[in-house]
This record gives sequence, structure tokens and C-alpha cells, in this order.
Amino acid sequence: MRDDTPGLESPPPPVLSLSGAVKTFGPVVALADGTVEIRPGEIHALVGENGAGKSTLVKILAGLYHPDAGEFEVEGRPVSFRTVADSKAVGISVIYQEPTLFPDLTVAENIFIGRQPRGRLGLISRNEMRAQADRLFERLGVPIDPDRIAEGLSIADQQIIEIAKAISLDAKVLIMDEPTAALSGVEVDRLFAVARNLRDRGAGILFISHRFDEIFALTDRITVMRDGRYIATHDTAAVSAPEIVREMVGRDIAQLFPKEPAEIGEVVLEVAGLTRAGVFADIDFEVRAGEIVALAGLVGAGRTEVARAVFGIDAYDRGSVRLLGAQVRARNPQAAIDAGMGFVPEDRRKQGLVMDLSVTRNVSLTLRNTLARFGLINGARERREAAEWSQRLQVKTGSPDYAVSTLSGGNQQKVVLAKWLATEPKFLIVDEPTRGIDVGTKSEVHRLLSDLAGRGIAILMISSELPEVLGMADRVLVMHEGRITARLDRADATPEAVMHAATASMEHSA
Amino acid sequence: MTQTAPPSPAPNAPAPTARRAGRSRFGGILRLRELPVAFALIVLVVVTYAANPLFLSPQGTKDLLLNSTIMIILAVGQAIVIITRNVDLSVGSILGLVAFGTGSLFATFPGIPIPVVFLIGLAFGMLLGAINGLLVTIAKVPALVITLGTLYIYRGLSNAWAGGTQYFADDRPEAFGNLSVDTFLGFPVITLLALAVVVIVAVVMAGTRGGRDLYAIGSDPDAAKLFGIPVGRRVFTAFAVNGLLAGLAGVLYASRFNSVGATTGNGLELDVVAAAVVGGVAIFGGSGSVVGAALGAVLLTTITSALAAMRVDKFWQQAIVGVLILAAIIIDRVASLRTARRLRISEARDV
Repeated sequence: MRDDTPGLESPPPPVLSLSGAVKTFGPVVALADGTVEIRPGEIHALVGENGAGKSTLVKILAGLYHPDAGEFEVEGRPVSFRTVADSKAVGISVIYQEPTLFPDLTVAENIFIGRQPRGRLGLISRNEMRAQADRLFERLGVPIDPDRIAEGLSIADQQIIEIAKAISLDAKVLIMDEPTAALSGVEVDRLFAVARNLRDRGAGILFISHRFDEIFALTDRITVMRDGRYIATHDTAAVSAPEIVREMVGRDIAQLFPKEPAEIGEVVLEVAGLTRAGVFADIDFEVRAGEIVALAGLVGAGRTEVARAVFGIDAYDRGSVRLLGAQVRARNPQAAIDAGMGFVPEDRRKQGLVMDLSVTRNVSLTLRNTLARFGLINGARERREAAEWSQRLQVKTGSPDYAVSTLSGGNQQKVVLAKWLATEPKFLIVDEPTRGIDVGTKSEVHRLLSDLAGRGIAILMISSELPEVLGMADRVLVMHEGRITARLDRADATPEAVMHAATASMEHSA
Repeated sequence: MTQTAPPSPAPNAPAPTARRAGRSRFGGILRLRELPVAFALIVLVVVTYAANPLFLSPQGTKDLLLNSTIMIILAVGQAIVIITRNVDLSVGSILGLVAFGTGSLFATFPGIPIPVVFLIGLAFGMLLGAINGLLVTIAKVPALVITLGTLYIYRGLSNAWAGGTQYFADDRPEAFGNLSVDTFLGFPVITLLALAVVVIVAVVMAGTRGGRDLYAIGSDPDAAKLFGIPVGRRVFTAFAVNGLLAGLAGVLYASRFNSVGATTGNGLELDVVAAAVVGGVAIFGGSGSVVGAALGAVLLTTITSALAAMRVDKFWQQAIVGVLILAAIIIDRVASLRTARRLRISEARDV
């Protein structure tokens, strides 16, 4: 706090600065040059594609990871965190994408855990704790009952509680890791008002987001990362979204996702009037051989739910699903597989793979009936089949006997794809096929999908990444609140048209 | 989505009433966890008394309390551990070792002061508990497996140590045995000791930061780490305190029962876990209270006496305990589902 007289031109000294931070896990370099500088009273955006090293950088700031090299200063003093508590002690608070509250504890206790106000006999004073929580929520303009348990709170409310905690800690630096991913428009506005309020009180805020509209509306400066490296920092007012995107991807988007034209054949999948009360309604569409149809929309629009119903995982109330003209039995994934469907789920770690099993075992999971004789699986044939498919998809692994958990995200996704391709499906659902996959492998997955379409497989692709949708899809179906609000051909599918249909109601998008 | 509309000010008017309603509702939930077991206990006592008035005679009541005492102390300790999403299956063996050690102390040093015996017993129990805690926090193997291991190790030690030796009540000073005979205001002395344990631990669990940390750890261990809660230290402490209480129970066991030997406390651990679960301590941690666990212990021991008083075949007793455990879990599940639904609905109204 000395010499607190910043000149008019010279910006205030940074409250936090990290430069040249390196973090490796074995042979994997998660962060090659982590550099960011946050000034007091600014909202600083950190952008980069998935796998650019943002979350590793955040974990270093939070004290979860210890960097292998690099300089780290808070308020001009070098720091080295050994635990999360160290990071908190110097005034850094982190709000993760999925808030981490204690479901069994009350809201007030979640805010004050570990530093509850104490009254007589050194015991926790619940009244005082409640009063302080009430004051915090009042200041934030949000009525949340401090005495309710945290279980069942909406994500938006959970984030407000995290912010309340940060305020009560007098955080000098507040890090928000994709806080808006699961929020509605009103909730985003509320969050931004709170963030601006904190900035005006002198806190430095690091804001991580994929949404450019938000970044340009909210932040003062932008730092771009790519492939684990610092690329540049800009004043938000002096830069445009396309420039930032170019720095993020290192090339123009137009060339990112090439789907090669394939011969469009007969109708493979036909969905008519599919309805599940309260989840989705009147879903009609078809997918032809050789075609990639994208299902676009915001998180929570009901896209995955439709896919799960089509594949027979969830029940539906009305409507029909036909594959090559034949009705597919509802609520029976095995029937869907037998009919020639495959499903590559969004969360491959939990739903697509058995992480502790070997590559071979994972690939052969869908084949166990055809590989088995008298109920016993023929090991040699299992290896042969698995090796063949892993090779075709160029899965990079030391040995087919390694557990899939040892593979990178992109290679794991290839294993999931291999698993389904081994069943020789006619129709494949891919849900967020490149989520969490690094840029290089991403285009490999895209080439693979394009190649599959070229072989006459009909593909339904759910994706939240607009460039992926626009680059890969022959046709785009946009969902909003459980209904299809737009059907766009490749030529008509502009970012504006898709986003409009994804956010606006039926009336606007006829 | 990108309108820069000013943030709508919070609707201040309806907030206070909504909040008050929320508060009383939450109070209801809080009480709910101990309520079913307390209710079941009262019903059981009343029904048994109606069938056999001798059940609540002065001697009958005293027996009831004495029988519950050791189980109460063990259940309180176990609740501390379960609340952190762990479990300690070695408590029966710890009790056995300490009880035999107590008998051996009196036999070896005939004039040894009783408080010294208590201190040694508590310290011995705490050491055994601390070993559990150390293994669980360092090895990062589930406590179920670790304490299953120490269950056998501690039992093995007591077999090796005791061999065929047994110590009987005659080997111990009369004043020591009288702890389980004398009463104060109608309560056996050792029962009062157990009640003091319940009160102290309940206050620590509810009213200190360390105690609340235990709930936080059990509620979400990963989040606890992100919060900077010293998870390892707290879990270690929970095991050490549980060991200390098992040690106390061991000393009291030697006072209450005639003989202590190599098999003392065999198989107690499952009764103890059952008592805690019946008393509303969630087996996956994060919620429940030591008061509930103590009530669970009283309920389970009372059932045994009640069934005897009603001349029900002993065979049924275990089955009934089993039904109670299932009932406790089902009640807990239904209650938490209802709570979740209620909270959802009240939230929907807020919007």
C-alpha cells in the first residue's frame, strides 16, 4: 500500500501477476507458458480453446497445482502456494464452473465454513452467522434463505453463494471459471451486475468464458491462450472478436472443420412427432445416408434428451422412431443397437468408456454377443477386431492392453468411435464429439466423422460449438426449450441464424 | 441474451416472509432426523410396559440404562467417524483389547488408582484409533478396508496377549465394579458418564469449527479440499477420538461385566454401526447427529430387553434389528426426497 498515487497514464500495479508458469504431468505439458496479469478494479477475460491450458492456469492460481517453473507475484510479493488455504490467505477466491458446495450444510454455513463467527464460550454463533449471510445477500440483491440446506439449489444461486463467500473473504482477486455456462439470461445479467459492483470496489476479476458477447460486454482486457501458451493481452475496446478468434485457433475458422461432400442417399432415420412431456415436444426430422445433421441449441434445450429417446435409453410419450423404414422399439437400447444405431455420448468418461478397462476390452464391449460362443468370449478374435478398429481410427496408445484412462481425450474419443464402428452401424449419434479434446485431435475427429458420412453412415451430431456445427453439418436443426425452432440448410446456416433460433422463441423464427 | 439491461433489483418485499417460512421448515427437517428413532423408542417402552409392568420397575429401568451405556459411547464415537464418510469396524477389537488390558492392570498392580486405569485405557484406545486414522489418511484406502484389517490385527493381538487368560470381577477393586452399580439421582454412574460424553461431543460437533468441518468433509470430500479444509488432519482426529471413546467403553466394560478375555467385544462393531444408522446418521456422511446415534444405541439395546420382557423368542431379535435398519434407511431416503422436492417447489415459486 505504499506510493498509492498511480499517474493518469500509468495503470495501477497488478494485484496478481503470473509469468512463464510451466506445469507438466509426466510427459504431458499442460501449461508451457502461463502468463496473466490482473490489475485491481479490472475485469480480465482469459480465453482459449478447450485444452489451451486455462484450467491448469486457474488451478495454479487457486493453489491446487504447484507450477514447475515461472514467477508468481501477488501485490508485488512473490508467492508459492502449497495448498488451497495459502491461496485463500492472500485473497484469491475461485468460483468453478460447477460450484462446489456442501449439499448437507446450510447456505450460511457454506459461506462461513472454517471461519464461522464465534460467540460465547468460543462456540459458533448461528445467529451472528445468519445475520452476516443476510447482509451479504442483501448487498448482492438476492434473497436466499441462509438456513436452507444447499442441496437442490439452482446453479445460479450456488454461484451467488460462492460470490458471497468471496466477498466475505475480502477477496482481492476473484476468478470465475466459465460461470455463465449453465445460466439463463436473467441470471447472467444478475451475475454481471455483481461482478461490476465488485470491480468498482477495487477487486481484480479473472473471467473465463467461451461467449464473446459476454466477454465484450463485461471485460476491460483480454488475455488469449493457445496450446498451453500465452499469446497476447489486449484492451477489450481496441480489439475485435475475429482477431481474438484468430489468435485462439491460430488459423481462420473457415478452414477448421471441413466436411467433404458425400453422396446423400436414402432416408436412414425417421423421427416423427416425438414427445416427452415437459422435456421435448413434436420432434420431426430425418437423417439420410451420407448426411451429417447437426442438432444445435443452448445447453438444456433438450438435444441430448431427444438423442437418448431415439436410442431407446429414455422413454417417450408419443411419436415414432424408424430406422430404414422399420419401427425401432422404444426404451430398449439393445433393440436400437440391433437395428443398426450407435451412440457416442457427451460424457465419454462416465458413459462412453469403462476407464479402467483396456482399449481392447472397451472396443469389444459392443461386440460381446457376436464374439461369444457358448457364452464365452473368444479372446483372440476380440484382440483382432479391436486391433483392426483401433488401427483404422489411428488410436495412439502404447499397447492395446493399456487402460483407456491413460489415453488423451482425443484418443479416448476415438476408442468410443471404434467401439461403435465395430458394430457397423447405419446411423450414429454423436453428442458433443470434440468436447475437451485438444485442437489438433479435434480436426482428426472431424475428418473421421466426415469420412464415416462418406461411407454412407447417417450421422446426427449434437454440438454446442457453433463453428463445429457450421463446418460439419449438411443440415442444422436448432432446438429451443424442447422444440425445433429452425431447420437450416448448409448454405443458410449462419452463426446469426443459428443463435437467433437457439435463443428466440417460435414466433421469431418461422 | 446480451441486453445490457440494468439488473433487476431484488424483490425486497416478499423476501422476509419467504425467509421466515423457510426457517421454520428447516427447523422441521433438523428435528426430523432424530424424531423417528425417539418416537420408536417411546412406543417400544410404552407397549412393553403395558404388556409387562415389571419392565419399568426401578431395577428394570436401571438394567435398561446400564445395558445401553457402553453401546451409547461406542455409537457416539462411530457417528463422528461416519459423519466424515468413513467407518471404523475395529471398535469391537479396540474395546476388547482395552477391557482385557484393564483387567490385566488391576491384576498386575493391585493398588493402582482407578483414575490412572481410566487414563491408561483412554490413551490406549486413542492410540489404536490413531493408527486407524493414520492408515486411512496416508494410504488413501477406504476406511472400510483399513479397519477391517485392524479389526483382525487388534483381535489377533488380544488373542496373543490373553491366550486362555480371563480376568474376573474378583480380580478388580470393589470401588471399580461399583461404578456400574451405584446410582446418582437414580442413574447409574457410568450411564451419567455416557450422557456427559454425548453432551460434550454433541456440542463440539454442532458448535465448533472443527466439528462443522467434519460434516463438510462427509458432505463432499473433494469440495472440502478445494475449500482448504485440512481434510487429513480432521479425519485423523475423528478416528483418534473414536478410539478414545472405544477405550472408555472398554474400561467401563471391565467394570460392568464379570469376565474379560480374548473374545471380549467380538462382533460389537456391526451393532455399533447399526445403532448409528438407525439413529439417523447417514452412512455416506455429512448428516446426522451424535444424539441420534445415542438414541439409536438405546433403541437397539431396549429392543433386546423388551423382547425378553415380552417373552419373544431370541431368534426374532436380530431380525427385528435388521428391519429397523432398513426402516431407518427408507425413512431417511423418503425424507430427503421430500425435502428436495419441497425445496424445488419453493424455489419455483420464488422465480
